[in-house]
Amino acid sequence: MTTTKPETTKTTATGNSKIPYYPGCTLKTTAKNFENSALAAARALGIELLEIPRWNCCGTVFSLADDDLIHHVASVRNFIRVQEMNDYGLVKNENRLVTLCAMCFNTLKSTNLRMKNNAEDLSKINDLMYREEDYQGKVEVIHFLEVLKALGFEKIHDRVKKPLKDLKVAPYYGCMILRPQEVGIDDPEDPTIQRDLLESLGADAVDTPYKRVCCGSYQTVKDKDIVAELAYDILTHAQKEGAEALATVCPLCAFNLDHRQKEVKAKHPDFTEIPVFYVTQLMAIAFGLDGECYGFDQNYVDPRPLLRKKSLIEQQQES
Amino acid sequence: MIKKVEITPENEKFLNKVNELSGQVVTLCEQCGTCSGGCPLVGEMDITPSQWMRLVQLGLKEVLDFKAVWVCASCFTCTVRCPRKIDVSKVAEALRQIILRKAIDYIDLKAIPKDELACLPQIALVSACRKFTG
Repeated sequence: MTTTKPETTKTTATGNSKIPYYPGCTLKTTAKNFENSALAAARALGIELLEIPRWNCCGTVFSLADDDLIHHVASVRNFIRVQEMNDYGLVKNENRLVTLCAMCFNTLKSTNLRMKNNAEDLSKINDLMYREEDYQGKVEVIHFLEVLKALGFEKIHDRVKKPLKDLKVAPYYGCMILRPQEVGIDDPEDPTIQRDLLESLGADAVDTPYKRVCCGSYQTVKDKDIVAELAYDILTHAQKEGAEALATVCPLCAFNLDHRQKEVKAKHPDFTEIPVFYVTQLMAIAFGLDGECYGFDQNYVDPRPLLRKKSLIEQQQES
Repeated sequence: MIKKVEITPENEKFLNKVNELSGQVVTLCEQCGTCSGGCPLVGEMDITPSQWMRLVQLGLKEVLDFKAVWVCASCFTCTVRCPRKIDVSKVAEALRQIILRKAIDYIDLKAIPKDELACLPQIALVSACRKFTG
């Protein structure tokens, strides 16, 4: 196979743009491979995701009870941090807050909508956090996939050094970047954003009706059998359509679809394992970035045999 | 099975409580069943989402005895599909909150095996605590 020189710092013609980035807890632990690959892939496209100083947990789920304001405080504090980044000159007139984790995205964006649409709620929260500056309601919560779409999939295609030729990947969206509709970044019934991204990387995107069916989410803590059944349906439908791997942007979906394959296999002995990637890992490979950012050691089903078969990584290299 | 239900002020109070917590008007539900038909977890539930909507409309507190709303994963599939634009996920949340606010938890955190705790991502644990504990 042809070897490509690892590149991690080159910027594109679009120049270098800095956007405040909210990682969230899981991106620093079980989904470190998501963060590392995404930051490296963004850098290769001339986008610098600048970690928000002093960020705190967003609460993971948006509180759905109308009288429950206190659980929105955590999210709003992070919006104030973005305001401060502008105040201190870390970014200039940049109100966007980018997330990678789909759950953080949903929680932060839902909270932000409630604050923007309800002046009374916002004022109550500002009063409660009297030691912080007031949240002005100007932050815009966006997902990394939206940044990529705005950049243009053509530009992403131009950056590809090692097309993911013949790699059949089923994009899996889950719930949190699609629903509810006012929060979602794509059509909630027939999303295409990850398909477009995968195709720009040279992969064959495999469509499956299960791409937007819930993986069971937090039920994985209480009853992993429920999740194993949902994962079985999602994974085997992708396999029936010819997929060799799945791609996702949610660390909880990744856990339920990847790590829970152990439980799936125990319940369904006919099941064959299938790798689940963060879509950013596939970007890093296609961009020919240094293998250190791939982080395959954190994937439960090792994707390296598949990637070697497709000559996308060296025979004995890349962790 | 035909069952006669008498709507008392107590029943109306319960309906109003759910409406208030969820911000929804549960009586708008016309029992079309779209929520139940599309729910990815309905197979694990003891009553369907449209059934809990009906029980709430009638102000029947027995809806709290079923485990269905605890199996709900807040995936919002029903929410985006409801032809009456009712956020069914928020109704489920209201029912959970009525129980959780009595300090009755649905999950025993001590019962989670150590090896599970070691591998579960934080977002799983935090969201389960938010959804299942008061």
